[in-house]
Amino acid sequence: MGKRLNFIVALLLTLSVAACGSYGGSDDAPAGNVASPSSEPSSFPVTVEGASGRVTIDERPERIVSLSPTATEDLFAIGAGEQVIAVDDQSNFPPEAPATELSGFEPNVEAIAGFEPDLVVFATDPGDLGSSLEGLGITALQLDAAPTLEVAYQQIEQLGLATGHADEARGLVDDMRSEIEELVNAADPASGTTFYYELDDTFYSVTSKTFIGQLFELLGLENIADEAGRGSGGYPQLSAEYILASDPDLIFLADTKCCGQSLETVSERPGWDELSAVTRGDVVPLDDDVASRWGPRVVDLMRQISEAADSAEANAA
Amino acid sequence: MSGPEAAVRRVSAGTRATVVGVAVLVVAVLVGLLVGPVRIGAANVLRWLLFFGDAPPGMSEQQALILADLRLPRVIVAGLVGVSLAASGAAYQAVFRNPLADPYLLGAAAGAGLGATIAVAYGPSGALELTVPAAAFVGALVGVGLAYGLGRSSLGGRSSTSLVLAGVAVASFLTAVQTFLQQQRSETLRQVYTWILGRLGTTGWDDVRLALPSVVLALATMWAVRRLLDVIEVGDVEAQSLGLHVARLRLVVVVAASLATAAAVAVAGLIGFVGLIVPHTVRLMVGGSYRSVLPLSALFGASFLILVDTLARTVVAPAEIPIGVITAFIGAPFFIAVLRRNRRAA
Repeated sequence: MGKRLNFIVALLLTLSVAACGSYGGSDDAPAGNVASPSSEPSSFPVTVEGASGRVTIDERPERIVSLSPTATEDLFAIGAGEQVIAVDDQSNFPPEAPATELSGFEPNVEAIAGFEPDLVVFATDPGDLGSSLEGLGITALQLDAAPTLEVAYQQIEQLGLATGHADEARGLVDDMRSEIEELVNAADPASGTTFYYELDDTFYSVTSKTFIGQLFELLGLENIADEAGRGSGGYPQLSAEYILASDPDLIFLADTKCCGQSLETVSERPGWDELSAVTRGDVVPLDDDVASRWGPRVVDLMRQISEAADSAEANAA
Repeated sequence: MSGPEAAVRRVSAGTRATVVGVAVLVVAVLVGLLVGPVRIGAANVLRWLLFFGDAPPGMSEQQALILADLRLPRVIVAGLVGVSLAASGAAYQAVFRNPLADPYLLGAAAGAGLGATIAVAYGPSGALELTVPAAAFVGALVGVGLAYGLGRSSLGGRSSTSLVLAGVAVASFLTAVQTFLQQQRSETLRQVYTWILGRLGTTGWDDVRLALPSVVLALATMWAVRRLLDVIEVGDVEAQSLGLHVARLRLVVVVAASLATAAAVAVAGLIGFVGLIVPHTVRLMVGGSYRSVLPLSALFGASFLILVDTLARTVVAPAEIPIGVITAFIGAPFFIAVLRRNRRAA
């Protein structure tokens, strides 16, 4: 899919003699990630690949509504932030993203249309959001939860293409790739370090089949939830006694915001004060938001995991 | 049906059922303690029980910890929840003279759901394991209180129908409020959902302490009035003419059942169908008299939920299945069978 798209892009670029209104990308990208000012000649129309098929974008969008926190982060990181006029109520990063009351879970087509967007980016389609928007003549691009890092990269590149920031997007993806590669190369694939990843305080976890689980696998960590993964769609609810018996080297808390969990709260759970990770202090609080998105901050998350793994190995030695 | 001989037969059936019930409960508790995702070994568990919780030689400290702090409180809470739901179900079926009445009939579930949602959405995030059960408990009582108050005042009558209708209205209203709040704070959706499906997976001694007083008080109350439940069966007017204060009895039973249900909901989330399956099965065993149906429902309710919970934590071990899923899976077909019987009888 990616290759075919690249081909189409190349074709379009070569054919675009009369590129319409070639904008220089927005000159300073406010997001934390690299986005060098670009002077590439963006050529529209472009065709991008969304979750529900190809979407043709006729002109460089200037009024983008993002209903996906990940897409919001992507857009700002590739320098398309200035074209974004509204984001949904869950899009809390970067802080300058124009937050509104729009909901990505229960999208209100009329409210979205009220912003007069020329491009709506969304992750989940609870019903017929895409077709309703299309019916109103609004271009809608669905980028649903990425199952792998590769898809996350592709989504960033698609957004780059769709917004006229293809170069910055490619640059961002290259940077992400190389940073992650560095972390992966530095990791010890045979360390045998085990971990428990906590989604909420009722012991829901993730297996290595999920997007987030793959990040840990790349870093050579062993997931105690994998044994429980059968038929759970990657998100099993673990048994309390199984966690105790597994005695993982590391505990990652992705429920610090939702459920207020921390080293202190987990050490008060029955039996948890005896767990190695708790006695050694290898309980790592994660930002729930970063841990549930597949945008540019995945790199930060992986760095955090990698540092935690190093310190856990040192503590265990 | 009546007559001295039938009565004798019923009593002896009741005695037999009691013996069976106690035996089943003992087995259920043992199974609950013996079986789990972590292998401890039957001999170890039995020795641990004989030593009153001291780890016998050859048993690791961690195994003792798993038994003492995870399995034992979980078996006890499952038992308490089963007792509460089954006894409340039986009592509701009596005072509302409706075989399909269950403990959630008067808005207890909707109230608890709303309470839990409020706690998750607006409560301090650090203390959810305390605030959610407390809010659910209060919510359940408020839900039933509203339904009872409205059913009595606005619909004029003191009949069971007006109460049930008020319960339906209150439940719909509270659920609407809950849905609205969840939509406002969509990040709370999953937590509330997890809670609703049942949360015995995180049970500890705190939950035992939370549920025990209400359950004991409620059960004692229902036990005390169990004979009167047979009188109310004949009809409000008839029972009244026999000198029974029907409205007062109904209030007492509703308060007691709600207390037990609220405690169950607070520690375990919403677990459907237990209040239907168990009393109806007991009725098939010993006949219709509440004198035996009520206590036997409590007894078998405990065993039933302990066994179902054992399934919940072993079938896909080391993962868990939400207990509400299993009870509904067994309960829904049963519910349909009861409906069909009921229709044929009517």
